[in-house]
Amino acid sequence: MSRPNPETPSGQLPEDLEAAAVPEEVQGLSQNAIVRKRFMGNTPALISIVVFALIFVMAFSSIGFIGIPGWWHYSYEQFSTQINGGRPTFVNLFNWGDHPFGQDRIGRDYFAMTMRGTQQSIVIMFVIGSVGGFIGVVVGALSGYFRGWIEAVLMRIVDIIIIVPLLILAAVLGRISGSAVSGNMATVALGLFIGVIIWTGLSRLVRGEFLTLREREFVDAAHIAGASNTRIMFKHILPNAVGVIIVNVTLLMAAAILLETALSYLGLGVKAPDVSLGSLISDNQEAFSTRPWLFWFPGLFIVVICLSINFIGDGLRDAFDPRQRKFKAKKAKDRGVHGSAVNDSASAAAIAQRTEGGEDSGRHGSSDPDDDGPAHGA
Amino acid sequence: MVTYIIRRLVTAVLILLGASFVVYQLTAAAGDPLDELRQSNAPNKDQLIAQRVALLDLGTPAPLRYFKWLGGAAQCVVPLVGKCDLGQKMNGEPVVDALGRAAGQTILLITAATILAIVIGIGLGIITALRQYSTLDYSVTFMAFLFFSLPIFWIAVLLKEFGAIGFNDFLRDPVFSPTSILITAICLGIVVVLFMGGSYLKRIIGFLIGAAATAGLMYALSVTGWFSTPGLGPILIALFGVGIAYLATQLTAGVKNRKALYSSLLMVPAGLIAYYALNPVLSGISGWGILGLFVATLAVGCIVGWFMGGFDRGQSMRAAALSAFFVGGLVMLDRFMVEWPNYFSNGRVRGRPIATIGSSTPNLEGNWWIQNIDLFTHLLLPTVALLLVSLASYSRYSRASMLEIMQMDYIRTARAKGLPERTVVMRHAFRNALIPLATLVAFDIGGLIGGAVITERVFAFTGMGNLFVDSLLPVPDPNPVMGVFLVTGILALVFNLIADLAYSVLDPRVRVKA
Repeated sequence: MSRPNPETPSGQLPEDLEAAAVPEEVQGLSQNAIVRKRFMGNTPALISIVVFALIFVMAFSSIGFIGIPGWWHYSYEQFSTQINGGRPTFVNLFNWGDHPFGQDRIGRDYFAMTMRGTQQSIVIMFVIGSVGGFIGVVVGALSGYFRGWIEAVLMRIVDIIIIVPLLILAAVLGRISGSAVSGNMATVALGLFIGVIIWTGLSRLVRGEFLTLREREFVDAAHIAGASNTRIMFKHILPNAVGVIIVNVTLLMAAAILLETALSYLGLGVKAPDVSLGSLISDNQEAFSTRPWLFWFPGLFIVVICLSINFIGDGLRDAFDPRQRKFKAKKAKDRGVHGSAVNDSASAAAIAQRTEGGEDSGRHGSSDPDDDGPAHGA
Repeated sequence: MVTYIIRRLVTAVLILLGASFVVYQLTAAAGDPLDELRQSNAPNKDQLIAQRVALLDLGTPAPLRYFKWLGGAAQCVVPLVGKCDLGQKMNGEPVVDALGRAAGQTILLITAATILAIVIGIGLGIITALRQYSTLDYSVTFMAFLFFSLPIFWIAVLLKEFGAIGFNDFLRDPVFSPTSILITAICLGIVVVLFMGGSYLKRIIGFLIGAAATAGLMYALSVTGWFSTPGLGPILIALFGVGIAYLATQLTAGVKNRKALYSSLLMVPAGLIAYYALNPVLSGISGWGILGLFVATLAVGCIVGWFMGGFDRGQSMRAAALSAFFVGGLVMLDRFMVEWPNYFSNGRVRGRPIATIGSSTPNLEGNWWIQNIDLFTHLLLPTVALLLVSLASYSRYSRASMLEIMQMDYIRTARAKGLPERTVVMRHAFRNALIPLATLVAFDIGGLIGGAVITERVFAFTGMGNLFVDSLLPVPDPNPVMGVFLVTGILALVFNLIADLAYSVLDPRVRVKA
């Protein structure tokens, strides 16, 4: 949560106390600079970014994308004679050999296929992240800001979508898009379809965030200054909710990769002759005892991509929301009484957050329709 | 509160109606059930098509068909009618029967995995929160993320390969090679160090002891051929029992509470007496008998704790009952191990006990013990797979929640009062840290009943997920799909409500709106 001074009655604190409530390491920095600084201090997240960037570059440059040729000398559809039973020729980083990941049972180069699968996973991940993130944010923002019947209708739609099984939608998609589109477009279509239904959790979180933020003083100030609803929603409230959104979209993307592989495993995702990491594993699981590399490489790529995205998401969460940081007793003692002020505000924010996080309205004082606060809304 | 519940239930019914309409139409749109017949070369093709049209009522448009289906399904909720019509599967079997069978299998599959994931996950989360930013914390966090990032079918195939085929091969000649002893010993030594902490000297000693104990144990197991004829025997039961008694007392009352410690320790001789006394009864026992014995065990623990008394009877009773439960478990484990060779050499098992598919060996004959060993060997791999995947979220959530609680003022107050750290952690922090997890658990259970689709498919469990996929692919069959959807949808909504109510009951700061 991107609140520099969360939920404290900070207006009532004396000037010096409030200044001391900000930890020394971040004094004088803007909110974005604080987040950036915290994120840069998170080694696992930084390593993950590097790893993901490497995989990204390798996947898209090696076999080319949308017609642009790459530097790898095989394509994922090209057959060649099997050498040495299709075993991987990878020796070390500087000596890849002809088929570093081996060949599948009909002689296709497995490195090219794995790279193609990685491309698919990454494309789907970003499509799902942007589509799901966009819908989730808009629905959450509208229902959290306007309340009333807009909220009721949107949240009931969310309730319905949440319990409709994803597999059915995937099966319908398979039928519709099976013949209509192919190649990269089919992948994008799959991502779009999953993105259209996967936003529900995010929209609830964004709604919860909007419900608290709309009661804050700066929103009243914007109202009095004559700002329109749209402006308040997107210029005043959204930037304050961006932490929750970024973190959850990242985690959504990590989940999306696994979802795509699971669907492909069931034969509902990416269709042959195109390949995805999930379909590669699915096609080759029977061959584990004879050609284990067909099973290891795509799995390894799924795990590494998903792991790095998860670590990036965790790093972002720590950067935006340092509540889980350890309470440093020594520093607190140096600051004397002010240390406890930080602590109190953090725990107050924690309670507030925890209570409004759930999905039905009215658990929390501020989300009660009866105490409608200053006049805004629909 | 009552108004709130009624309002939620009414909303839930409306949501269910809306969602079921959507699902029905989508299923109808997902494919043509006549496709495969049209392409077939059967001589009576037209007749088959007509038959299927009649069975699935394809003459009626799908939106109208939904209301017909709804009419049948509505009978399930009308009391006293006593019939429930969810239609038939494409092969003519009533959906209600198929659902009942599938639900049983799914519950079998997820129960152990869910309970273990909750217990282990929360335990790990709490420990890592108490030792935040230690090596242990970092390793557990990394493992949690790793498991979270693994596709379950990938784990499943690996488990089948190494856990089942590899282990079964090992059982044929159960002797550890020196290399494997060395590697395992070093690994376990490192695990011991991770959990220990303290000074470097202490850690090195811990590593050596852990590694040596592991190596010795593996060597002993190897030499005595323990894996062919496993068993604990009275001596091991007594040793483990004393360890359990100390641990249980430490967790519930602290070993300084002598009364509690002695009542726990008393459970060990009691367990040994039961071990000999019950031996003749146990061979012909049924599931209910076992349940009765466990209730009796807990009762004995409570009674002993009560009579030992002390300044706080409750603590002694809790400690004794906990130890009694686990000592009873040891006795039962020993009994299973005694039956193991019979299972192993059974003609149906043929020396390959760990199964990779299904939920039971067909036509296996034997007593309660044999049947349950069979169940265990079949459930082992899917349970481990599900456990690994769901462990991550529990450990992460409980860690976060515990970290938050440990910063609260009342924890500082508790420490300032001079309470021992055990009391602060177990009674002030731990209980409150569990509150947010109640929501997670409720959601998870609601989701898992229909959600273990991939696991069921990989391990060929004929549960709900498999029924769903089989009915959807390659030809959509609306009735079973709707049946599975109804069960999962209702459960999801109900557990949603339970989660909200549980939260407001557990945490009085949160109130539901009447």
